[in-house]
Amino acid sequence: MTREEIGQAIIKIVSEVNPDEDWTALTPEESLRGKLESMDFLDVIMELRKQYGVEVPEKDYGQLATLKSSIDYLEPKLADK
Amino acid sequence: MNKRDNERIVITGVGLTAPNGDTLDEFRRSLLEGKSGVCAVERPYIGKVLAGVCDFDPCKYQSRKAIRIGTRAGSIAIYCANEVLHSANLELGKDAPLERTGVFLGITEHGNVETEKEIDEIRRYNDDTSYWSHYHNPRTVANSPAGEVTVNLGITGPHFTIGGACAAGNLGLVTGVQQLLLGEVDLALAGGVSESPSSYGIFAAFNSQTALAKNDEPEKASRPFDRDRNGIVVSEGGAVFALERLDHALARNAAIYGEITGYHYNSDASDMVLPNSERQAECMAAAIRRAGLEPKDISIVNTHATGTKMGDIKECEALRKVFGDACPNTYFNNTKSFIGHCMGAAAALELAGNLPAFEDKIVHPTINVDNLDPACELPNLVCNTPRVVDRVDHILNNSFGMMGINCVVVVSRFRRNG
Repeated sequence: MTREEIGQAIIKIVSEVNPDEDWTALTPEESLRGKLESMDFLDVIMELRKQYGVEVPEKDYGQLATLKSSIDYLEPKLADK
Repeated sequence: MNKRDNERIVITGVGLTAPNGDTLDEFRRSLLEGKSGVCAVERPYIGKVLAGVCDFDPCKYQSRKAIRIGTRAGSIAIYCANEVLHSANLELGKDAPLERTGVFLGITEHGNVETEKEIDEIRRYNDDTSYWSHYHNPRTVANSPAGEVTVNLGITGPHFTIGGACAAGNLGLVTGVQQLLLGEVDLALAGGVSESPSSYGIFAAFNSQTALAKNDEPEKASRPFDRDRNGIVVSEGGAVFALERLDHALARNAAIYGEITGYHYNSDASDMVLPNSERQAECMAAAIRRAGLEPKDISIVNTHATGTKMGDIKECEALRKVFGDACPNTYFNNTKSFIGHCMGAAAALELAGNLPAFEDKIVHPTINVDNLDPACELPNLVCNTPRVVDRVDHILNNSFGMMGINCVVVVSRFRRNG
């Protein structure tokens, strides 16, 4: 997956997890956690597993702080997806 | 029997969703116009089944995220609870303190829908339980539908559900009455809810019991008392009543739909599934006595009959024991013939649908009685078309459930001097 595709995948997942928020104007450096409660974040991790087969260990949760950092973290894991 | 105003419990609002109406007015109109709410739906594994499904808009009172993480029963309960506040012209925090408001909801079962969904989900991942949702626990705790209401409305008084099989709606109502009489709350939001048609297991189980209704015409499938009835139509829905002590209701000049004058509950203690007409008759008689009435005083008996062969006959036996032939002004009807069996919501919804009779003096019928089963003959059974009567003073609402739980409620036309 390209970085752009990964970004779109993340936006799609967070939009499903918290559909009440407006995710269209999300900037790359903006904190995802500002619009996701802790239980929502667990759902994002779950959807990454379900939809893309990506395992994110708990120690790496901090890597998914923003859209950009999430793409950076997921890019190698999704390179051949 | 002269009760003080703070010992009298009145209904000051009704919020509901039924398969054929999402407000009391719409529901009542459907019952008087013979409009069924039963349709064909597809469910996993079992395929096409007949069910009563509601079409209220859950987004009216919930965020999309709350709908996603909650349950269908919770959405139904939240819709009904918000509607009842409008109906009762009640502003929480002003007309009733949040900490003095309680939510008491009857449920037939809860958790089957959510558990089935999770099992289906992990099946897609080689039965790996690490894909099981963390929301499964809050979704399936037994108090979940009532708890969702408190979260939605910010109610800080007590909440719990009452597991009472298909008598649960009345048990929810009775619990509300008791909590008010105990002085635990000033406002009780009480009734029952059902999300049962979202579970395929309940259809499969009734099917295995040869008690699942089948009919090429869905609206004809729920046919209590008819010779050709062949089982239950599983339905969803909810009805929540605003209950208050009379002095509290009068102080805020509330409109009063009726007074809960009598109730009784007991257990068959005889079989897990088969009903017991002796215990049912005892339950009805005790509820009538508690109301200070005699059977001949009852204007409408809303029967529990679900459309099973034996269940309908057993209830008719019980009705004959209590009412005999000496109650010329007592009329019998059935609401499940329109909406199927709304399980935990059934008793509450069926009572709600009859409350307007205090004003319009119309007994809604039991529909789909093409050939009355001789074993179900009752004097004044109102079949197929509504019946206008001279007066409606007292409504008796029957509900009976598996494990032999019976609960009967008597609601009376409100009169200021009792």
